Amino acid sequence: MLRYILLRILQAVPVFFGTTFLIYFMVFAMPGDPILAMFGDKTPNPAVLEALRAQYNLDKPFILQYLLYIGDIFQGDFGISYSGREVSAILVKTFPVTLKLAVMAVVLELILSITIGLFSGIRKGKFFDNAMLIISLVLMSLPIFVIAFLAQFFVAIQWGLASPTVGGNTAWWNMLLPAIVLALSLYATSMRLMRGSTVETLGNDFVRTAYSKGLSRRRVIPVHVLRNSLIPVVTNSATNFGILIVGATVTEGIFNVPGVGNTLFQAIVRGERPTVVSFVTVLVLVYVLLNILVDLLYAVLDPRIRYV
Amino acid sequence: MRRLLTATAVASVAALALAGCSNGGSEGGGSSDDAAIITVNSTEPQKPLIPTNTNEVGGGKILDSIFAGLIYYDVDGAVHNEVAKSIKSDDSVVWDIQLNEGWKFTNGEEVTAKSFVDAWNYGALLSNEQLSSYFFEDIEGFSWDEDSELTGLEIVDDYHFTVTLSHPASDFGQRLGYSAFYPLPSVAFEDMKAFGENPVGNGVYKLAGDDAWEHDVKIDLVKNEDYKGDREAQNGGVTMKFYANMDAAYADLLSDQLDVLDEIPASSFGTYESDLGERTVNQPSALFESFTIGQFLDHFKGDEGKLRRQALSMSINRDEITDVIFEGTRTPASDFTSPIIDGWSDELDGAEVLEFNEEKAKDLWAQADEISPWEGTFKIAYNSDDNHQAWVDAVCNSIANVLDIKAEGDPYPTFAEMRTKITNREITTAHRSGWQADYPGLYNFLGPLYGTGAGSNDGDYSSEEFDSLIKEGISSTDAKVANEKFQEAQEVLLQDLPAIPLWYENVVAGYSTLVDNVEFGWNSVPLYYQITKTA
Repeated sequence: MLRYILLRILQAVPVFFGTTFLIYFMVFAMPGDPILAMFGDKTPNPAVLEALRAQYNLDKPFILQYLLYIGDIFQGDFGISYSGREVSAILVKTFPVTLKLAVMAVVLELILSITIGLFSGIRKGKFFDNAMLIISLVLMSLPIFVIAFLAQFFVAIQWGLASPTVGGNTAWWNMLLPAIVLALSLYATSMRLMRGSTVETLGNDFVRTAYSKGLSRRRVIPVHVLRNSLIPVVTNSATNFGILIVGATVTEGIFNVPGVGNTLFQAIVRGERPTVVSFVTVLVLVYVLLNILVDLLYAVLDPRIRYV
Repeated sequence: MRRLLTATAVASVAALALAGCSNGGSEGGGSSDDAAIITVNSTEPQKPLIPTNTNEVGGGKILDSIFAGLIYYDVDGAVHNEVAKSIKSDDSVVWDIQLNEGWKFTNGEEVTAKSFVDAWNYGALLSNEQLSSYFFEDIEGFSWDEDSELTGLEIVDDYHFTVTLSHPASDFGQRLGYSAFYPLPSVAFEDMKAFGENPVGNGVYKLAGDDAWEHDVKIDLVKNEDYKGDREAQNGGVTMKFYANMDAAYADLLSDQLDVLDEIPASSFGTYESDLGERTVNQPSALFESFTIGQFLDHFKGDEGKLRRQALSMSINRDEITDVIFEGTRTPASDFTSPIIDGWSDELDGAEVLEFNEEKAKDLWAQADEISPWEGTFKIAYNSDDNHQAWVDAVCNSIANVLDIKAEGDPYPTFAEMRTKITNREITTAHRSGWQADYPGLYNFLGPLYGTGAGSNDGDYSSEEFDSLIKEGISSTDAKVANEKFQEAQEVLLQDLPAIPLWYENVVAGYSTLVDNVEFGWNSVPLYYQITKTA
């Protein structure tokens, strides 16, 4: 088991270099000179332009720029943003906000999708099941920004039940509305997975055996059905994290959440290489770690799965 | 015309103030809650808060609030002395500046001639790489090639210094309200980076504390009790909330979570008037928009180019486009400057070239075709990371319909990419262009853009007549004569059309039910110090 975990963590090393290199290359290939853009419609003096370019290593060839960047990272220096702030400081400030939002969204999503999916599966074909399927279909077909705008307009502006934006107040109750929006955007797929998996598990021999042993529903459903049906939902929630980050960029913009999505978007617009690459690198690492975690969870859910 | 516009603006503001008062029940203006903090929208500053290194709106709003310069601009863009007691020049070359005594920075240091001279020298020094260093270009000693002291600055005594320019600039005194010219306390030069995080000024407001600037979230400003000028704050302070997305700010405004929004998002142009009722502002600003056709492009050189530019200009229905595409949030252009700038006129000779005239346009185009027949597609380049597509398409349609040629937009993904192509002269089509003035003077809209070899002359326009008129204007010590010269210079432009004027962007803004006395300065930023809280 320990060997397996170590191997998985070692795999993250090439992933780290591969992604940073690719992303650095892509940001590098982005057309247009970000320093020139700082001056707006006004054309700067060439001397100032050159000096600013040199300050951000933009006058050096691509591969050298990348190596300098990586070298700094290993000294714990993520570089300086064009606004003169340390990228690491921005990371430390924005990641917790997005993480909080993501955790809130995932918890909400899992609670909703597992309970509703389980009951839908048990009552397959009944009114409750059909109603839930229709609702999930509607949610699936709505893009996240539509849900976000609707929630903002009705819940916050019209009914005044919440603040329309988060801003500086990142208390959990103030982030509930964007978290619900994010959760809803993931809910439909998870709920359907859970329902399908429940239906399948219910038809298995071991469930029939459990009932025939005289076990009560109260014991069979949580222990035998729920546990076995969870596997696909858990796998899915790891991939969902990727969707969540994309969704967070949209929701953070709409609800003005000072998190990763908002900052990353601004950095991309300004062509800030150090900021964009550092942010995406950390996101990739989080993604890799989450996948390892999910693989390990399998063993807990299904002891038959063993790592050699 | 200018008077008319101002009158309407004042009337509407008065009406708004009255409407606000009747709601709030207070008499507005004088009696106000000094402790009340108003919340306004802004964006995270792109740079540390150093006056000479900030050229964008987010940082500018803060600097203008926490610093007081030699002069300030009132709601009409007129100049008033602030730290300066007098600014005089007989020849537009040597400027004599006397300061008022008793001004202090919020750390207790006195504002003296040295505070200005040191700050300007810092801003001008090449190796300091300040974005606004070009403001000091005209002062003797300035150099783009090596580090060099501004020898034109001379301290006479603590409250008196002189500025010698390398050539006459009659509007130099008018420029001094721009943030690049703010004074700095000596503590700034010890560690400019740290100072930029926590600046110490002498303005209407000051930072609320060491952690007043919460990056990406907001900045808290409170009233500066030591401020000595005329613009005393009618509120206890201003909290600037940073928004990356204007729709979010608008949502906050609708639910009274934000007091003043100085830019209604384009997506709400259709509804903001019904959403906000009387609490809206829509008036021209110092933002001029155009598209530029390089003088070096095929079919746009010499006489042929002149005819084609005029034909293109007359085939655009500006009234209809500003109405339909912008829902009345732009004002069709009648010159190259802006109606809120002193000296503006809509009665320039040749201004009819900016009016929609199908017959004339067709005729001019045909004349150009006789010189060399047109082929291909007329394109206007624009950056698609901003809301330009709709109007570019409309302008192209208008051109295509009238002149019976193919015309279409040519999108570039980012502003940076388009600017790079323009600067390198790699763009082979017309491109959108615009100008926001640094200070309320006619010259600023003309000299830097159309002077031969000028920094922002993207189309490489060159006209001896224009150059000499501009030079006469800028050398004149009489503001009226200067403005007349600038008008004549514009009449040259109206014939040559180095850029085709489209419209002036309006300030389109709104405020919450909780505030009153919201007026906008010449630079489209609300005069925060006047705003009062009603509830």
